[in-house]
Amino acid sequence: MDTAVDFWSTLYVFVLATFIGLGVIRRVSRLLHTPLMSLTNAISAIAVVGAILVTGGDYPQHIRILGAIALFASTTNIVSGFLITDRMLKMFKTDDKRSGPPAKLGAGEGRH
Amino acid sequence: MMYGVSQFGYLVASALFILALHWMNAPATARKGVYAGGAGTAIAILVTWADPSVIHHLWIVLAIVAGFVVGIPLSKVPLTAVPQRTALSHAFGGAAAGLVGTAEYYMRFAEGPEHLTPFRMIALVAEIILGYLTLTGSLMAAGKLQEVKWVPQRPVTYPFQNAINLTLFATAIALAAALTLHPTAPWAPLVFAAIIVLALSFGVLLIIPIGGADMPTVIAILNSYAGLSAVAMGFVLDNKLLITAGALDGSSGLILAIIMCKAMNRSFTNVLFGAFGQVKQAAGDTEERVYKSETPEGAAQALEQANLVVIIPGYGMAVAQAQHKVRELYDQLKKRGITVKFAIHPVAGRMPGHMNVLLAEADIPYTDLVEMDEINPDMPQVDVALVVGANDVVNPAARTDKTSPIYGMPIIDADKARSVFAIKRSKNPGFAGIDNALYFSDRTWMLFGDAKNVIGELVKQLAGGSGMH
Repeated sequence: MDTAVDFWSTLYVFVLATFIGLGVIRRVSRLLHTPLMSLTNAISAIAVVGAILVTGGDYPQHIRILGAIALFASTTNIVSGFLITDRMLKMFKTDDKRSGPPAKLGAGEGRH
Repeated sequence: MMYGVSQFGYLVASALFILALHWMNAPATARKGVYAGGAGTAIAILVTWADPSVIHHLWIVLAIVAGFVVGIPLSKVPLTAVPQRTALSHAFGGAAAGLVGTAEYYMRFAEGPEHLTPFRMIALVAEIILGYLTLTGSLMAAGKLQEVKWVPQRPVTYPFQNAINLTLFATAIALAAALTLHPTAPWAPLVFAAIIVLALSFGVLLIIPIGGADMPTVIAILNSYAGLSAVAMGFVLDNKLLITAGALDGSSGLILAIIMCKAMNRSFTNVLFGAFGQVKQAAGDTEERVYKSETPEGAAQALEQANLVVIIPGYGMAVAQAQHKVRELYDQLKKRGITVKFAIHPVAGRMPGHMNVLLAEADIPYTDLVEMDEINPDMPQVDVALVVGANDVVNPAARTDKTSPIYGMPIIDADKARSVFAIKRSKNPGFAGIDNALYFSDRTWMLFGDAKNVIGELVKQLAGGSGMH
């Protein structure tokens, strides 16, 4: 499997993906940098793929234990990463979508 | 056949990940990005699990269930704790990469030398160094952010610190080179273990000299490392999805770290090896300086007569849990037809974008959150600048005082506003330990007290006044 061809094609993927990443991330709204970080975190927990192969493969038990711990860690990142990103993004609202829109020419009473 | 299916699944997942990040460019589409990312991950998990080489399922199920059990509560932490959670998830990501790399090495070692080609060995060593370094480094960062007792808050420095770190790192590289050349020598597993130990200690040593004010940058850098460790795992497993996702994560961390560094006028090397926050109070001039205090009543009157109010929040606002009171103040002012904007410094808060999330949680429309660079040209037209728990990011010494440790750092020009009200709990210097000339300006009035109480008083004054006519 480890031919020279594989070696070069993986490096190509890395370089191209890095440039795509730089291009796309640079356009991300600065408002969303915290959710961005939790989202990329969840996405890079795709290392779960390697953990599944190690945990489920026909390997000695001690190897599979390492895999299972890695699988647990990655799953935690996937679950908490996507959930918290969504939770944060739900909070970003425009003026007209807020629960209590402030009356424009307020006049009178405070709202309580 | 199965190979084709799984590769196709990985390809779709890669595309979904890129789309996910693309949709993050605006709050209106961002949630679509979460669904795309989740779908990509689900597809990748399913096609991997269906791989014929996966024959044991019980442990996979148990590990995934455990991941849910821990992951769901972790997603419900208060938003002030999001930086810690993020650091913790970098630690988990690093741990996963390190552990898979360790498993890969020992299982291929048993299978024979033909599996440990030089390319794979280099990737493996990179994976475990980055993985384990990210694990301990991020745990330290999480500990500093959570302010746990056994992690020192202030930077820890000692003689020859950088020399010691560099020696450790060079040793790890030398061992890695030896291992790459002789991956199946009898001593190789021991050397591999030694590299793990070195990487684990390196992560700790790298973070202890870094102070709290630099945590936003550090989190971003660790984010980058976590991504790169996933890339290295992709090289080891010859998995292009891992490489793509890791590269996206790595470049994201890199961009955020650069933004944070620019916002503090520091360089990477300076953050990592500079021990900021160490020699602070040195610039103490002895000349007598006086604060002007103001009462909430006076401040409320000034706010009522303003046309344009800019609120400048800092992390102190979140510490005092004052963001919901701030929103009430925002509503009171808006009701009077006063324009209210929030000026957000890139390093306000403890991670990139943290302040925006804290204010969004308090139900303040994101359209009124304005970046530093956009609001600064308008600052001279601002009638009242209200500083809530911010300190260094409004310190004019950054523009004027060449001896100040924050000289050159871009700031929000609060001092150019027609009047400034600064809420401050005490007369102590801020997070980075630097005195602030803004508080002594002719146009500045101090409101001493807990931010939540002071803003609450302001709201009460405004609400009471408006019922009068």
